[in-house]
Amino acid sequence: MSMEAIAVSPEHVVGACAERKAAGYRFVTMTCVAVDEHMLDVLYHFDKDMELEHLRLRIPKDSCVPSITPVFFAAFLVENEIQDLFGLRFCGLAIDYKHSLYLDEAAPKAPFCKGAVDASPRPGGKPPGDPESSE
Amino acid sequence: MPVSVIPFGPQHPVLPEPIHLKLTVEDEVIREAVPALGYVHRGLEKLAEIRDFQQMIQIVERVCGICSMMHSLCYVQGIEAMMGIEVPPRAKYLRVIWAELHRMHSHLLWLGLFADSFGFESLFMEIWKIREKIMDLQEATTGNRVIVSVNVIGGVRRDLSPEQQRMILTTLKDVEDEVRRLEKTLLDDYTIKKRTKGKGVLRSDQALELGCVGPVLRGSGVAKDTRLLGYAAYNELSFQPVVEPDGDCHARGKVRYREVLQSIDLIRQALSKLPDGELSASVRGRPEGEGTARVEQPRGELFYYIRADGGRQLSRVRIRTPTFANLPALVTMLPGVYLSDVPVVVMSIDPCISCTER
Repeated sequence: MSMEAIAVSPEHVVGACAERKAAGYRFVTMTCVAVDEHMLDVLYHFDKDMELEHLRLRIPKDSCVPSITPVFFAAFLVENEIQDLFGLRFCGLAIDYKHSLYLDEAAPKAPFCKGAVDASPRPGGKPPGDPESSE
Repeated sequence: MPVSVIPFGPQHPVLPEPIHLKLTVEDEVIREAVPALGYVHRGLEKLAEIRDFQQMIQIVERVCGICSMMHSLCYVQGIEAMMGIEVPPRAKYLRVIWAELHRMHSHLLWLGLFADSFGFESLFMEIWKIREKIMDLQEATTGNRVIVSVNVIGGVRRDLSPEQQRMILTTLKDVEDEVRRLEKTLLDDYTIKKRTKGKGVLRSDQALELGCVGPVLRGSGVAKDTRLLGYAAYNELSFQPVVEPDGDCHARGKVRYREVLQSIDLIRQALSKLPDGELSASVRGRPEGEGTARVEQPRGELFYYIRADGGRQLSRVRIRTPTFANLPALVTMLPGVYLSDVPVVVMSIDPCISCTER
Protein backbone atom coordinates (compact mmCIF):
# COMPACT_ATOMS: atom_id res chain seq x y z
CA MET A 1 0.00 0.00 0.00
CA SER A 2 1.32 3.42 -0.82
CA MET A 3 0.12 6.72 0.50
CA GLU A 4 -0.28 9.60 -1.89
CA ALA A 5 1.45 12.74 -0.67
CA ILE A 6 1.94 15.97 -2.57
CA ALA A 7 5.61 16.99 -2.70
CA VAL A 8 6.35 20.53 -1.54
CA SER A 9 9.52 22.57 -1.26
CA PRO A 10 10.62 24.49 1.86
CA GLU A 11 9.79 27.79 0.10
CA HIS A 12 6.22 26.73 -0.60
CA VAL A 13 5.26 24.67 2.44
CA VAL A 14 3.77 27.55 4.45
CA GLY A 15 1.81 28.76 1.42
CA ALA A 16 0.54 25.25 0.70
CA CYS A 17 -0.67 24.97 4.30
CA ALA A 18 -2.32 28.39 4.09
CA GLU A 19 -4.16 27.27 0.94
CA ARG A 20 -5.53 24.25 2.77
CA LYS A 21 -6.60 26.34 5.71
CA ALA A 22 -8.44 28.70 3.36
CA ALA A 23 -10.09 25.68 1.74
CA GLY A 24 -11.45 24.53 5.12
CA TYR A 25 -9.01 21.75 5.94
CA ARG A 26 -8.38 20.79 9.58
CA PHE A 27 -4.74 20.38 10.59
CA VAL A 28 -4.35 16.80 11.85
CA THR A 29 -0.65 16.56 12.62
CA MET A 30 2.84 16.29 11.14
CA THR A 31 5.08 13.24 10.92
CA CYS A 32 8.84 13.18 10.60
CA VAL A 33 10.54 10.12 9.13
CA ALA A 34 14.28 9.51 8.81
CA VAL A 35 14.76 8.47 5.18
CA ASP A 36 18.50 7.84 5.56
CA GLU A 37 21.42 9.34 7.47
CA HIS A 38 21.12 12.65 5.66
CA MET A 39 17.49 13.18 4.65
CA LEU A 40 14.20 13.50 6.51
CA ASP A 41 10.62 13.41 5.30
CA VAL A 42 8.27 15.85 6.99
CA LEU A 43 4.66 14.95 6.28
CA TYR A 44 1.79 17.38 6.86
CA HIS A 45 -1.60 15.72 7.35
CA PHE A 46 -4.92 17.51 6.79
CA ASP A 47 -8.53 16.43 6.96
CA LYS A 48 -11.59 17.66 5.13
CA ASP A 49 -14.93 15.85 5.04
CA MET A 50 -13.26 12.80 6.62
CA GLU A 51 -10.72 12.55 3.78
CA LEU A 52 -7.02 12.93 4.52
CA GLU A 53 -4.59 14.88 2.38
CA HIS A 54 -0.84 14.75 2.87
CA LEU A 55 2.05 17.06 1.93
CA ARG A 56 5.59 15.70 1.82
CA LEU A 57 8.65 17.86 2.40
CA ARG A 58 11.94 15.99 1.82
CA ILE A 59 14.76 17.93 3.36
CA PRO A 60 18.35 17.52 4.64
CA LYS A 61 18.36 16.98 8.40
CA ASP A 62 20.52 20.02 9.10
CA SER A 63 18.01 22.37 7.40
CA CYS A 64 15.79 24.94 9.03
CA VAL A 65 12.19 24.31 8.01
CA PRO A 66 9.79 27.27 7.94
CA SER A 67 7.34 26.84 10.81
CA ILE A 68 3.67 26.65 9.86
CA THR A 69 2.57 28.03 13.25
CA PRO A 70 1.74 31.44 11.71
CA VAL A 71 -0.93 29.53 9.74
CA PHE A 72 -1.82 26.70 12.13
CA PHE A 73 -0.91 27.68 15.69
CA ALA A 74 -1.69 24.11 16.76
CA ALA A 75 1.45 22.91 14.97
CA PHE A 76 3.70 24.37 17.68
CA LEU A 77 3.63 21.17 19.73
CA VAL A 78 4.44 18.77 16.92
CA GLU A 79 7.15 21.03 15.49
CA ASN A 80 8.77 21.15 18.92
CA GLU A 81 8.43 17.36 19.18
CA ILE A 82 10.24 16.94 15.85
CA GLN A 83 12.94 19.36 17.01
CA ASP A 84 13.43 17.22 20.11
CA LEU A 85 13.34 13.79 18.53
CA PHE A 86 14.93 14.41 15.11
CA GLY A 87 17.02 17.52 15.68
CA LEU A 88 15.39 19.28 12.75
CA ARG A 89 15.06 23.01 13.31
CA PHE A 90 11.93 25.05 12.64
CA CYS A 91 12.27 28.77 11.91
CA GLY A 92 9.63 31.14 13.24
CA LEU A 93 8.07 28.77 15.78
CA ALA A 94 5.31 30.49 17.78
CA ILE A 95 6.46 28.84 21.03
CA ASP A 96 9.99 27.44 20.85
CA TYR A 97 10.96 25.03 23.63
CA LYS A 98 14.51 24.91 22.28
CA HIS A 99 14.79 21.10 22.21
CA SER A 100 13.36 20.68 25.72
CA LEU A 101 9.70 19.80 25.14
CA TYR A 102 10.28 16.17 26.13
CA LEU A 103 13.99 15.77 26.72
CA ASP A 104 16.13 17.16 29.49
CA GLU A 105 19.77 18.12 29.13
CA ALA A 106 21.09 14.67 30.06
CA ALA A 107 19.00 12.84 27.45
CA PRO A 108 20.51 11.74 24.12
CA LYS A 109 20.12 14.40 21.42
CA ALA A 110 17.74 13.70 18.54
CA PRO A 111 17.17 10.05 19.52
CA PHE A 112 14.91 9.28 16.52
CA CYS A 113 17.39 10.52 13.93
CA LYS A 114 19.73 8.20 12.07
CA GLY A 115 23.37 9.26 12.27
CA ALA A 116 24.93 12.19 14.08
CA VAL A 117 23.02 15.43 14.39
CA ASP A 118 23.62 18.82 15.91
CA ALA A 119 20.65 19.33 18.19
CA SER A 120 22.26 21.77 20.60
CA PRO A 121 19.88 24.37 21.99
CA ARG A 122 20.00 27.74 20.34
CA PRO A 123 20.88 30.75 22.50
CA GLY A 124 18.04 32.70 24.02
CA GLY A 125 17.58 31.61 27.62
CA LYS A 126 15.42 28.97 29.15
CA PRO A 127 12.47 27.52 27.27
CA PRO A 128 9.06 29.09 27.87
CA GLY A 129 7.57 26.19 29.81
CA ASP A 130 10.46 25.79 32.25
CA PRO A 131 9.02 26.16 35.78
CA GLU A 132 12.23 27.80 36.91
CA SER A 133 12.23 30.28 34.09
CA SER A 134 12.23 33.87 35.29
CA GLU A 135 10.50 35.17 32.13
CA MET B 1 -1.87 45.71 37.73
CA PRO B 2 1.34 43.68 38.27
CA VAL B 3 1.49 40.23 36.74
CA SER B 4 2.60 37.09 38.53
CA VAL B 5 3.76 33.79 37.10
CA ILE B 6 2.22 30.81 38.87
CA PRO B 7 3.28 27.22 38.20
CA PHE B 8 0.36 24.79 37.90
CA GLY B 9 1.53 21.19 38.19
CA PRO B 10 3.26 18.93 37.36
CA GLN B 11 1.96 17.62 40.71
CA HIS B 12 -1.49 18.97 41.46
CA PRO B 13 -4.46 17.39 43.31
CA VAL B 14 -6.66 17.58 40.23
CA LEU B 15 -4.14 16.11 37.80
CA PRO B 16 -4.01 12.33 37.49
CA GLU B 17 -0.84 12.68 35.41
CA PRO B 18 2.00 15.19 35.36
CA ILE B 19 1.77 18.25 33.17
CA HIS B 20 3.11 21.68 34.00
CA LEU B 21 1.37 24.92 33.05
CA LYS B 22 3.13 28.21 33.38
CA LEU B 23 0.29 30.63 34.14
CA THR B 24 0.76 34.35 33.80
CA VAL B 25 -1.82 35.88 36.13
CA GLU B 26 -3.08 39.43 36.55
CA ASP B 27 -5.41 39.97 39.50
CA GLU B 28 -6.35 36.27 39.62
CA VAL B 29 -7.21 36.26 35.92
CA ILE B 30 -5.13 34.13 33.55
CA ARG B 31 -3.44 36.20 30.85
CA GLU B 32 -1.26 33.48 29.29
CA ALA B 33 -0.79 29.75 29.70
CA VAL B 34 2.15 27.77 28.34
CA PRO B 35 2.27 24.00 28.79
CA ALA B 36 5.46 22.08 29.57
CA LEU B 37 5.72 18.35 29.01
CA GLY B 38 8.42 15.74 29.39
CA TYR B 39 7.65 14.17 32.77
CA VAL B 40 6.55 10.78 31.39
CA HIS B 41 8.08 10.68 27.90
CA ARG B 42 9.04 7.09 27.02
CA GLY B 43 9.82 7.16 23.29
CA LEU B 44 7.59 4.16 22.59
CA GLU B 45 7.50 4.92 18.84
CA LYS B 46 11.21 4.15 18.68
CA LEU B 47 10.53 0.56 19.77
CA ALA B 48 9.09 -0.10 16.31
CA GLU B 49 12.69 -0.35 15.13
CA ILE B 50 13.54 -3.29 17.43
CA ARG B 51 10.19 -5.09 17.98
CA ASP B 52 8.56 -6.92 15.12
CA PHE B 53 5.25 -5.72 13.76
CA GLN B 54 3.27 -8.33 15.75
CA GLN B 55 4.99 -7.41 19.03
CA MET B 56 4.16 -3.75 18.43
CA ILE B 57 0.54 -4.52 19.36
CA GLN B 58 1.64 -5.03 22.96
CA ILE B 59 3.70 -1.84 22.80
CA VAL B 60 0.92 0.41 21.47
CA GLU B 61 -1.53 -1.03 24.00
CA ARG B 62 0.73 0.43 26.65
CA VAL B 63 0.68 3.95 25.26
CA CYS B 64 -2.35 4.50 27.47
CA GLY B 65 -4.16 2.24 29.91
CA ILE B 66 -7.51 3.94 29.64
CA CYS B 67 -7.80 3.53 25.88
CA SER B 68 -5.43 0.60 25.27
CA MET B 69 -7.99 -1.19 23.10
CA MET B 70 -8.29 1.82 20.78
CA HIS B 71 -4.53 2.03 20.28
CA SER B 72 -4.25 -1.60 19.27
CA LEU B 73 -7.37 -1.27 17.11
CA CYS B 74 -5.93 1.69 15.21
CA TYR B 75 -2.57 -0.01 14.81
CA VAL B 76 -3.91 -3.37 13.59
CA GLN B 77 -6.31 -1.63 11.19
CA GLY B 78 -3.35 0.24 9.71
CA ILE B 79 -1.35 -2.98 9.28
CA GLU B 80 -4.37 -4.87 7.92
CA ALA B 81 -4.95 -2.15 5.30
CA MET B 82 -1.27 -2.28 4.35
CA MET B 83 -1.30 -6.09 4.00
CA GLY B 84 -4.73 -6.29 2.36
CA ILE B 85 -6.20 -8.48 5.12
CA GLU B 86 -9.98 -8.80 5.25
CA VAL B 87 -11.11 -9.10 8.86
CA PRO B 88 -13.99 -11.57 9.51
CA PRO B 89 -17.35 -9.86 10.21
CA ARG B 90 -17.69 -11.36 13.71
CA ALA B 91 -14.31 -9.91 14.68
CA LYS B 92 -15.38 -6.47 13.44
CA TYR B 93 -18.47 -6.53 15.66
CA LEU B 94 -16.51 -7.80 18.65
CA ARG B 95 -14.06 -4.95 18.16
CA VAL B 96 -16.94 -2.47 18.32
CA ILE B 97 -18.26 -4.02 21.54
CA TRP B 98 -14.94 -3.84 23.36
CA ALA B 99 -14.18 -0.39 21.94
CA GLU B 100 -17.46 0.98 23.24
CA LEU B 101 -16.94 -0.63 26.65
CA HIS B 102 -13.62 1.18 26.69
CA ARG B 103 -15.29 4.46 25.77
CA MET B 104 -17.81 3.99 28.58
CA HIS B 105 -15.26 3.31 31.27
CA SER B 106 -13.09 6.20 30.03
CA HIS B 107 -15.98 8.67 30.04
CA LEU B 108 -17.19 7.48 33.45
CA LEU B 109 -13.66 7.82 34.79
CA TRP B 110 -13.56 11.35 33.41
CA LEU B 111 -17.02 12.32 34.70
CA GLY B 112 -15.86 11.29 38.17
CA LEU B 113 -12.60 13.21 37.90
CA PHE B 114 -14.49 16.22 36.56
CA ALA B 115 -16.77 16.15 39.63
CA ASP B 116 -13.64 15.90 41.76
CA SER B 117 -12.16 18.96 40.02
CA PHE B 118 -14.90 21.18 41.42
CA GLY B 119 -15.07 19.42 44.78
CA PHE B 120 -18.15 17.21 44.33
CA GLU B 121 -16.63 14.18 46.06
CA SER B 122 -19.80 12.13 46.54
CA LEU B 123 -20.64 12.41 42.83
CA PHE B 124 -17.07 11.41 41.98
CA MET B 125 -17.39 8.23 44.06
CA GLU B 126 -20.88 7.46 42.78
CA ILE B 127 -19.73 7.62 39.14
CA TRP B 128 -16.66 5.50 39.77
CA LYS B 129 -18.87 2.94 41.50
CA ILE B 130 -20.85 2.66 38.25
CA ARG B 131 -17.62 2.45 36.25
CA GLU B 132 -16.57 -0.63 38.23
CA LYS B 133 -19.34 -2.60 36.53
CA ILE B 134 -17.74 -1.91 33.15
CA MET B 135 -14.31 -2.85 34.50
CA ASP B 136 -15.79 -6.12 35.77
CA LEU B 137 -17.28 -6.75 32.31
CA GLN B 138 -13.91 -6.22 30.70
CA GLU B 139 -12.26 -8.59 33.14
CA ALA B 140 -14.97 -11.23 32.67
CA THR B 141 -14.79 -11.09 28.86
CA THR B 142 -11.08 -10.52 28.26
CA GLY B 143 -9.28 -11.55 31.45
CA ASN B 144 -8.05 -8.04 32.15
CA ARG B 145 -9.64 -4.94 33.61
CA VAL B 146 -7.64 -2.31 31.75
CA ILE B 147 -5.30 -3.60 29.04
CA VAL B 148 -7.74 -6.00 27.43
CA SER B 149 -5.41 -7.24 24.65
CA VAL B 150 -8.14 -8.54 22.35
CA ASN B 151 -6.86 -7.27 19.01
CA VAL B 152 -4.55 -9.22 16.75
CA ILE B 153 -3.64 -8.52 13.16
CA GLY B 154 -6.50 -10.04 11.19
CA GLY B 155 -9.13 -10.07 13.92
CA VAL B 156 -9.54 -10.69 17.65
CA ARG B 157 -8.18 -13.32 20.00
CA ARG B 158 -11.33 -13.83 22.10
CA ASP B 159 -15.00 -14.56 21.50
CA LEU B 160 -18.11 -13.75 23.49
CA SER B 161 -20.14 -16.76 24.56
CA PRO B 162 -23.96 -16.47 24.69
CA GLU B 163 -23.72 -16.32 28.51
CA GLN B 164 -21.23 -13.48 28.31
CA GLN B 165 -23.46 -11.63 25.85
CA ARG B 166 -26.40 -11.94 28.26
CA MET B 167 -24.21 -10.76 31.12
CA ILE B 168 -23.18 -7.68 29.10
CA LEU B 169 -26.81 -6.82 28.32
CA THR B 170 -27.89 -7.25 31.94
CA THR B 171 -25.02 -5.12 33.23
CA LEU B 172 -25.62 -2.43 30.63
CA LYS B 173 -29.23 -2.15 31.78
CA ASP B 174 -28.05 -1.59 35.35
CA VAL B 175 -25.44 0.92 34.20
CA GLU B 176 -27.96 2.78 32.05
CA ASP B 177 -30.41 3.06 34.94
CA GLU B 178 -27.73 4.31 37.29
CA VAL B 179 -26.28 6.78 34.78
CA ARG B 180 -29.73 8.18 33.97
CA ARG B 181 -30.40 8.55 37.71
CA LEU B 182 -27.43 10.95 37.84
CA GLU B 183 -28.49 12.96 34.78
CA LYS B 184 -30.33 15.69 36.66
CA THR B 185 -27.39 16.18 39.03
CA LEU B 186 -24.74 16.11 36.31
CA LEU B 187 -26.50 18.41 33.87
CA ASP B 188 -28.82 20.62 35.96
CA ASP B 189 -27.27 20.97 39.39
CA TYR B 190 -26.93 24.67 40.32
CA THR B 191 -23.39 24.38 41.68
CA ILE B 192 -22.11 22.33 38.75
CA LYS B 193 -23.56 24.79 36.25
CA LYS B 194 -22.10 27.68 38.23
CA ARG B 195 -18.64 26.07 38.04
CA THR B 196 -18.77 24.92 34.41
CA LYS B 197 -21.12 27.02 32.30
CA GLY B 198 -19.39 29.81 30.41
CA LYS B 199 -15.94 28.57 31.53
CA GLY B 200 -13.20 27.84 29.01
CA VAL B 201 -15.33 28.75 26.01
CA LEU B 202 -14.12 27.57 22.61
CA ARG B 203 -16.09 28.64 19.55
CA SER B 204 -16.59 26.17 16.70
CA ASP B 205 -14.32 28.13 14.34
CA GLN B 206 -11.58 28.21 17.00
CA ALA B 207 -11.95 24.49 17.68
CA LEU B 208 -11.58 23.68 14.00
CA GLU B 209 -8.67 26.03 13.46
CA LEU B 210 -6.84 24.65 16.49
CA GLY B 211 -7.24 21.08 15.22
CA CYS B 212 -9.39 19.93 18.15
CA VAL B 213 -10.86 16.45 18.19
CA GLY B 214 -13.43 14.39 20.04
CA PRO B 215 -15.71 15.76 22.76
CA VAL B 216 -13.76 19.05 22.76
CA LEU B 217 -14.66 19.57 19.09
CA ARG B 218 -18.20 18.22 19.38
CA GLY B 219 -18.75 20.27 22.56
CA SER B 220 -18.13 23.33 20.37
CA GLY B 221 -20.90 22.33 17.99
CA VAL B 222 -18.88 20.53 15.29
CA ALA B 223 -20.36 17.17 14.26
CA LYS B 224 -17.13 15.29 13.58
CA ASP B 225 -16.66 11.72 14.78
CA THR B 226 -14.07 9.38 13.31
CA ARG B 227 -16.45 6.43 13.71
CA LEU B 228 -18.33 7.89 10.74
CA LEU B 229 -15.47 6.51 8.61
CA GLY B 230 -17.23 3.18 9.12
CA TYR B 231 -14.22 1.17 10.32
CA ALA B 232 -14.80 -2.15 12.16
CA ALA B 233 -18.60 -2.60 12.05
CA TYR B 234 -19.60 1.04 12.59
CA ASN B 235 -20.78 1.31 8.98
CA GLU B 236 -23.50 -1.23 9.84
CA LEU B 237 -24.66 0.49 13.03
CA SER B 238 -26.93 3.49 13.40
CA PHE B 239 -25.58 6.51 15.26
CA GLN B 240 -25.05 10.25 14.95
CA PRO B 241 -22.25 12.28 16.55
CA VAL B 242 -23.21 13.76 19.92
CA VAL B 243 -22.96 17.53 19.56
CA GLU B 244 -23.46 20.38 22.03
CA PRO B 245 -23.23 23.97 20.80
CA ASP B 246 -22.09 26.01 23.82
CA GLY B 247 -18.35 25.27 23.67
CA ASP B 248 -17.82 25.52 27.44
CA CYS B 249 -16.84 23.02 30.14
CA HIS B 250 -20.47 22.13 30.75
CA ALA B 251 -20.99 21.33 27.05
CA ARG B 252 -17.92 19.09 26.95
CA GLY B 253 -19.20 17.22 30.01
CA LYS B 254 -22.65 16.88 28.46
CA VAL B 255 -21.16 15.37 25.29
CA ARG B 256 -19.34 12.72 27.31
CA TYR B 257 -22.40 11.97 29.43
CA ARG B 258 -24.54 11.46 26.30
CA GLU B 259 -21.79 9.39 24.68
CA VAL B 260 -21.97 6.91 27.58
CA LEU B 261 -25.62 6.31 26.65
CA GLN B 262 -24.69 6.22 22.96
CA SER B 263 -22.09 3.51 23.65
CA ILE B 264 -24.72 1.41 25.47
CA ASP B 265 -26.93 1.71 22.39
CA LEU B 266 -24.08 0.78 20.03
CA ILE B 267 -23.17 -2.31 22.08
CA ARG B 268 -26.81 -3.43 22.08
CA GLN B 269 -26.95 -2.95 18.31
CA ALA B 270 -23.70 -4.84 17.81
CA LEU B 271 -24.81 -7.74 20.02
CA SER B 272 -28.16 -7.97 18.24
CA LYS B 273 -26.41 -8.17 14.85
CA LEU B 274 -23.37 -10.22 15.92
CA PRO B 275 -22.74 -12.60 13.02
CA ASP B 276 -21.39 -16.12 13.32
CA GLY B 277 -18.01 -16.96 11.88
CA GLU B 278 -14.27 -16.87 12.34
CA LEU B 279 -12.48 -14.64 14.83
CA SER B 280 -9.46 -13.87 12.69
CA ALA B 281 -8.03 -14.14 9.21
CA SER B 282 -4.71 -15.75 8.45
CA VAL B 283 -1.74 -13.41 8.16
CA ARG B 284 0.95 -14.16 5.60
CA GLY B 285 3.93 -12.07 4.65
CA ARG B 286 5.12 -8.80 6.10
CA PRO B 287 3.79 -5.26 5.79
CA GLU B 288 5.31 -3.02 3.15
CA GLY B 289 4.45 0.52 2.23
CA GLU B 290 3.23 3.65 3.94
CA GLY B 291 -0.19 4.44 5.33
CA THR B 292 -2.34 6.03 7.99
CA ALA B 293 -5.14 4.83 10.22
CA ARG B 294 -7.66 6.62 12.39
CA VAL B 295 -10.15 5.60 15.07
CA GLU B 296 -12.32 7.54 17.50
CA GLN B 297 -10.76 7.17 20.92
CA PRO B 298 -12.78 8.32 23.98
CA ARG B 299 -10.86 11.60 23.86
CA GLY B 300 -11.16 12.02 20.10
CA GLU B 301 -9.49 11.11 16.84
CA LEU B 302 -6.46 8.86 17.20
CA PHE B 303 -4.08 8.95 14.23
CA TYR B 304 -1.37 6.44 13.30
CA TYR B 305 1.20 6.76 10.54
CA ILE B 306 2.98 3.50 9.66
CA ARG B 307 5.88 2.94 7.27
CA ALA B 308 7.24 -0.53 6.53
CA ASP B 309 9.87 -1.79 4.14
CA GLY B 310 8.91 -5.48 4.12
CA GLY B 311 11.10 -6.48 7.06
CA ARG B 312 10.04 -7.85 10.44
CA GLN B 313 10.37 -4.43 12.01
CA LEU B 314 8.53 -1.32 10.90
CA SER B 315 10.65 1.62 9.88
CA ARG B 316 8.36 4.19 11.51
CA VAL B 317 5.27 4.31 13.70
CA ARG B 318 3.98 7.76 14.54
CA ILE B 319 1.13 8.17 17.00
CA ARG B 320 -0.87 11.39 17.29
CA THR B 321 -3.11 11.09 20.32
CA PRO B 322 -6.23 13.19 20.94
CA THR B 323 -4.82 15.06 23.93
CA PHE B 324 -1.85 16.12 21.79
CA ALA B 325 -4.39 17.66 19.39
CA ASN B 326 -6.41 19.31 22.16
CA LEU B 327 -3.55 20.90 24.13
CA PRO B 328 -3.27 23.95 21.81
CA ALA B 329 -6.95 24.62 22.54
CA LEU B 330 -6.18 24.64 26.25
CA VAL B 331 -3.64 27.40 25.62
CA THR B 332 -6.44 29.34 23.94
CA MET B 333 -9.17 28.58 26.51
CA LEU B 334 -7.31 29.55 29.65
CA PRO B 335 -6.63 33.28 29.10
CA GLY B 336 -9.50 35.21 30.70
CA VAL B 337 -10.54 32.55 33.23
CA TYR B 338 -10.05 32.88 36.99
CA LEU B 339 -7.20 30.99 38.59
CA SER B 340 -9.76 29.05 40.65
CA ASP B 341 -11.35 27.72 37.44
CA VAL B 342 -8.10 26.43 35.92
CA PRO B 343 -8.54 22.86 37.30
CA VAL B 344 -12.03 22.67 35.80
CA VAL B 345 -10.94 23.98 32.40
CA VAL B 346 -7.86 21.73 32.30
CA MET B 347 -9.94 18.67 33.19
CA SER B 348 -12.55 19.58 30.58
CA ILE B 349 -10.26 18.46 27.73
CA ASP B 350 -9.78 15.09 29.51
CA PRO B 351 -5.99 15.34 29.36
CA CYS B 352 -4.10 12.09 29.01
CA ILE B 353 -0.43 12.83 29.40
CA SER B 354 0.92 9.31 28.99
CA CYS B 355 -0.86 9.28 25.60
CA THR B 356 0.50 12.69 24.73
CA GLU B 357 4.10 11.90 25.52
CA ARG B 358 4.13 8.22 24.54
